[in-house]
Amino acid sequence: MSFSATEPTRGTKWFAGIAVVLYAIITLIPLLWIVATGFKSPADSISYPPVVVFEPSLEGYVNLFTARTRATEDMLEAAGPAVTWYDKITRNRGTIISGPSRYGERFMNSIIIGFGSTLLCMILGTAAAYAFSRFKVPLKDDLLFFILSTRMMPPIAVAIPIFLMFRNLGLNDTHLGMILLYTAVNLSLSVWLLKGFIDEIPIEYEEAALIDGYTRFQAFYKVVLPQAATGIASTAIFCLIFAWNEYAFAVLLTSGTAQTAPPFIPTIIGTSGKDWPAVAAGATIFLVPVMVFTILLRKHLLRGITFGAVRK
Amino acid sequence: MAQIRIENVRKDFGSFNAVKSSTFTIEDGEFFMLLGPSGCGKTTTLRMMAGLELPTSGEIYIDGEEVGQKPASQRDIAFVFQMFALYPHMNVGRNISYPLLCQGMPKAQVRKKVGEIAEILGITKILKKPVSGLSGGDRQRVALGRAIVRDPKAFFMDEPLGALDAEFREHMSEELRALHDRMNATTVYVTHDQLEAMQMGDKIVVMNHGSVEQFGVPQEIYEWPATKFVAQFIGSPCMNFLEFKGKVAGGQASVQLDNAVFKIPELLDGASGDLTFGVRPEHVHLDDAGSYRGKVVATEYLGTTQIITLDTPNGQIKAREASLKNVAVGEQTGLRFDARTVTIFDASTGRALRSHANQGVLTHG
Repeated sequence: MSFSATEPTRGTKWFAGIAVVLYAIITLIPLLWIVATGFKSPADSISYPPVVVFEPSLEGYVNLFTARTRATEDMLEAAGPAVTWYDKITRNRGTIISGPSRYGERFMNSIIIGFGSTLLCMILGTAAAYAFSRFKVPLKDDLLFFILSTRMMPPIAVAIPIFLMFRNLGLNDTHLGMILLYTAVNLSLSVWLLKGFIDEIPIEYEEAALIDGYTRFQAFYKVVLPQAATGIASTAIFCLIFAWNEYAFAVLLTSGTAQTAPPFIPTIIGTSGKDWPAVAAGATIFLVPVMVFTILLRKHLLRGITFGAVRK
Repeated sequence: MAQIRIENVRKDFGSFNAVKSSTFTIEDGEFFMLLGPSGCGKTTTLRMMAGLELPTSGEIYIDGEEVGQKPASQRDIAFVFQMFALYPHMNVGRNISYPLLCQGMPKAQVRKKVGEIAEILGITKILKKPVSGLSGGDRQRVALGRAIVRDPKAFFMDEPLGALDAEFREHMSEELRALHDRMNATTVYVTHDQLEAMQMGDKIVVMNHGSVEQFGVPQEIYEWPATKFVAQFIGSPCMNFLEFKGKVAGGQASVQLDNAVFKIPELLDGASGDLTFGVRPEHVHLDDAGSYRGKVVATEYLGTTQIITLDTPNGQIKAREASLKNVAVGEQTGLRFDARTVTIFDASTGRALRSHANQGVLTHG
């Protein structure tokens, strides 16, 4: 029987495997609960002890996307018999659909602001990180520290000044304002992460491109960027997750036009009693874009996290 | 192909002076070696020629044109990096074609050209492969391919064999030299390996602490070092130094060491104070008739020859003798030096004194 210092034994592998599965289950339970609640009837959603097996219902989703009014006899007559499946669900509760809810708009706002700020953050962050990594920048270390230090204070500490500033600039409750704000907050993270990734790319690749006759910008664009793709992808995920989940600024600075989903979802509770299935449905749909984005880039994310750990 | 002329080139990094006013000329078609220990400024000099660093002052002429302050992309030269720097996101063929694509050469012509180059380097079979899986030698060939594919004015190579293992270096250095002879391209090659420099180079510049110590063909540099540094850096084992105090004058053709008088090439310069008597190990002979005595401290067997270390009244020296010769440690023996090959150095400046034997070498360098 031979032992290797680096290869884990069978027992260790099993133990590690079980630990990972347990951890995954523990972290996934709240998520599964939210998804399940979205498909419960209002009664099931608040029953105690909680029900695990229940009859699925789309009422939460219908309520999420529609505005409804309590129906009188006249109104029901005027509307005629329920045609669609969602009409039937609301009629059962004695309401009729009066129009779409604002969730769709808020969701689109989240998409525009989240992806917009991530894109802007990547463009600015990559350019800044490249400059910090490759060029002699006066006071480089101080600048980098200054950039990082913006992360050290809690966002709420600057919320009031930003609110006043935005009001004066007319950026309150605008998409542009929120994109700029999230970009500013995320830039520190993206500059530092991306600088790390670009530092890892040997400068010889660019020099080879320069010698081959390419300009500095072409060398950056054609040689450095493809090399940094991993880093850019994983940084983009971090930025998107932050912008997507951000709540405090969104509550304070948006109310109508540019309101994102996070401050909107809690308002669903108040509109017609405690409609937990609708809230859960809103949360479930809200999870999807980040999940898809992360799954699409997951290879990069894994490589990104361990990138630079081992010198090749 | 082109002649390259370096005139008074100097490079400072902040307050650090990396290269001190260097001047030398690389003739068209020459295989030129920049040799020196690490940190001597040889790589910086090469990078200035290539345009990857801009000189603080001085001029660089490639093919008669002053290019000192021009970026690399406008110098029409090729560079082979120590770690090859093949573009990792492209396959072999694309790596080689990349410089041509930059020039806007039509696709069909690029394909033909890449095919020719692959043929020369024997890498036709791997053109479609990604560069990440290649062996060191194949990476080296691809890097060379990328360099020669566009017929540049000159090739610059920064320790291109440094990343290969010893066995393969030998083979690759022959391949490289053969390639040079076939293309007859001006090549500047940086190395810290004196053997590599002598083996491959038409001419060598030896650098130390940012300045040029000596410049010439390998034989001249080996036989007639201009400074003690060169004498020590070139040759393995290096030149023996026998330190002595005294005074020499122009016209003198012998010096006294301990109780013995040795003939030397007739001196042109004079000097006094601390002097050094320099002689290569192969010109030191164990000869019992000699009045100058040494004691054998150690012997190293090297196959055809052996290296014998001896203690002498003027310090420790090494002799290279045929391995057939029977030498025992502890033995006292007489020593004889080939008078024709001796160099006298002024120990305070480290420079060789000119003699009838080395004046030709020292004046042009």
